[in-house]
Amino acid sequence: MPILDHLWIIPLLPLLGAAINGLFGLKWPNKIVNTVALGSTGLSFVCAVEAVREFITFVAPTGQVFRKEFFDWIVAGNFRAGFDLQMDQLTVVMVLVVTGVGFLIHIYSTGYMAHEGGYYRFFSYLNLFMFFMLVLVLAANYVLLFVGWEGVGLASYLLIGFYFLRKSASDAGKKAFIVNRIGDFGFMLGMFLLFRTFHTLDFSQLFAAVRSSGMPHEAWGVFGTFTIASLLLFMGATGKSAQLPLYVWLPDAMEGPTPVSALIHAATMVTAGVYVVARSHLLFENSETALVVVAVIGCATAFFAATIGLVQTDIKRVLAYSTVSQLGYMFLACGVGAFSAGIFHLMTHAFFKALLFLAAGSVIHAMGGEQDMRHMGGLSKKIKVTYWTMLVATLAISGAPLFAGFFSKDEILFDDYTEAGSGGHILYAFGLLTALLTSFYMFRLIFLTFHGKQRYDEHHVHVHESPWSMLGPLVVLAVLSIFGGWFALPAFFGGPDYFANFLSPVFHAQEPVGLSEAAAHSLEWTLAIVAVVTATAGFLAAFWLYLRQPGKPEQLAKSLKGIYTTLYNKYYVDELYSAAVVRPLVWLSENVLWKVVDVEAIDGTVNGIAHGAASVGDTVRHTQSGNARSYAVWVVVGALAIIAILFWPNIRPMFGMLIRMTVTR
Amino acid sequence: MVPTQYYLILSAILFGLGAVAFVFRRNIITIFMSIELMLNAVNLAFVAFSQASGKLDGQIFVLFVIVVAAAEAAVGLGIIILTARNRQSLNVERADLLKL
Repeated sequence: MPILDHLWIIPLLPLLGAAINGLFGLKWPNKIVNTVALGSTGLSFVCAVEAVREFITFVAPTGQVFRKEFFDWIVAGNFRAGFDLQMDQLTVVMVLVVTGVGFLIHIYSTGYMAHEGGYYRFFSYLNLFMFFMLVLVLAANYVLLFVGWEGVGLASYLLIGFYFLRKSASDAGKKAFIVNRIGDFGFMLGMFLLFRTFHTLDFSQLFAAVRSSGMPHEAWGVFGTFTIASLLLFMGATGKSAQLPLYVWLPDAMEGPTPVSALIHAATMVTAGVYVVARSHLLFENSETALVVVAVIGCATAFFAATIGLVQTDIKRVLAYSTVSQLGYMFLACGVGAFSAGIFHLMTHAFFKALLFLAAGSVIHAMGGEQDMRHMGGLSKKIKVTYWTMLVATLAISGAPLFAGFFSKDEILFDDYTEAGSGGHILYAFGLLTALLTSFYMFRLIFLTFHGKQRYDEHHVHVHESPWSMLGPLVVLAVLSIFGGWFALPAFFGGPDYFANFLSPVFHAQEPVGLSEAAAHSLEWTLAIVAVVTATAGFLAAFWLYLRQPGKPEQLAKSLKGIYTTLYNKYYVDELYSAAVVRPLVWLSENVLWKVVDVEAIDGTVNGIAHGAASVGDTVRHTQSGNARSYAVWVVVGALAIIAILFWPNIRPMFGMLIRMTVTR
Repeated sequence: MVPTQYYLILSAILFGLGAVAFVFRRNIITIFMSIELMLNAVNLAFVAFSQASGKLDGQIFVLFVIVVAAAEAAVGLGIIILTARNRQSLNVERADLLKL
């Protein structure tokens, strides 16, 4: 197993690329930077494929997890956190998605960023991101995972603020970083709690300890170790994966270049939260409360973000809210215990959402930087490849039959519906409603951008199709968006679900559905038909509103002014956070921390010491008379003092004698 | 044989005289002589200890001190002559340029 035994090579290659480009790329022409960046990620992808092949051939049949310790990192007492990598079925999916989609986006970026300044810097950051993301998914313990977790946050920060001269971009970068800190705080507390309880943070040891500990399953409302640890880890996940209430950074993150939005803020990094929840499924499964919270937050986010997406006019913002919404779906799946469905949606979403972003980037490129859909329209004939690939992605995300999103979304909705208790039906209803909204806003985007009347000035905007370095990845991703879901296709005809079967060593048996095989099968068909009808309804609504009756949306916006402005302003969440968190913090920093603590206490102490030294010096300086004999006096006094100290025991009786003599006299 | 304490007491008295003279006299030459007095008081103590312990270390040290004292006398007298020429006085109170 040449590669599997040297698993470190997969993350190391992008790190090398990042270092080489970052250190020497400034003076190099774009071609060399390309070679380094694409070469390192491409090789990493090849190595990943080979490692996966070796894993499936040699390790998977034994039912084991491949795990290797490369070197010790932190060893303290009985705590050990090493640079340990592991590969199991879940890692396989993640590694292939990260390196594969990452490589495609690298290719795309060579076209998209060709005329931008800081070309080497961009690729250096992008490679750095790949390194940390691979560390995240390959890590065999929570500590190393956290290294990757923070690292991708750093790369995200650097890339959102890539155009750092634009204030909105650097602000968005800071916002992303700070909001993620809140989640990371929870994540770390979760790790501490796990370590305190189980004395290890290594995945295999920890989960073995969980299994053998015999700690009881925690019912709804019981806040034991599992519940608290799961909720704290989930807090980290809400930050990284942009769920309520920490989702606010993701829409702003669209300030970064479009390939970054595709790679980091759609396909890979934001799914890290889902990955962590899936990785820790054993903890979540032991706590009813945690699962319900995950499901409810996921469901609420999916619906909430979809409603905002309905009225946004910036093409990338629509996609950003769509991403938040789809991530909600993944958590919804995890929350009802359908972890493999969540990971399945993670994978298909990586394909079609990366494609949507890249296609949107191609549109923006064609329009010379325009992002507002109100100034587009009628582009379908001018940029055909972009149009068709984007249409494929839209069909996939809307859940058109046989496209990738159809299978994954269907599985999630099915698992919601069959979830025990009435809660499942509510989740299902909201999930279905979100599917309707998704289909509506995605086709709205397509119609506004590619169909209808041309709403830009042809003299100013020279619409042109993108180069093949950009279109190639679009086509590959379009193919994946169509066929990526076919692992689950046989399930519809009574066969096995290959994807769920593949992941079953990680997630073990799914909870029994409580239905007979045949009933479950017919229910699946029924639900699939319902989902398709819903998606079609969304499509028709968009079709009618934006193609047939172009004036209608504005009328509708006027007649529903309250709702429209609320949605348009994203429920005023940013304003709410600003009033509730940001401004009090700024006030506290300015009036207490700055003016009292800093100026009075810290500066006061330092200045006080300086003033004290000055005034002491002012007094003492008079002893320096310039008269050599007075110095001699000090020398003598000093010598006497030293003698007195050294011989104090011998001298003391003399003093006693003197005192007695005076007293008797 | 004379006990060592006697030598040491004499040495201490001489040293004390030298120190007091150094501090209270104003004439540079007198001060200079008081320094020599202190050095020789120390020499006396060294020799006394050397005799008491039966080792030669103290005597060797005395030779060193005498050599240094000779060198010091040469340099010191030169300084005194220059000071006297510049200030027309041998009063140390007037040589106070060490002050900032």
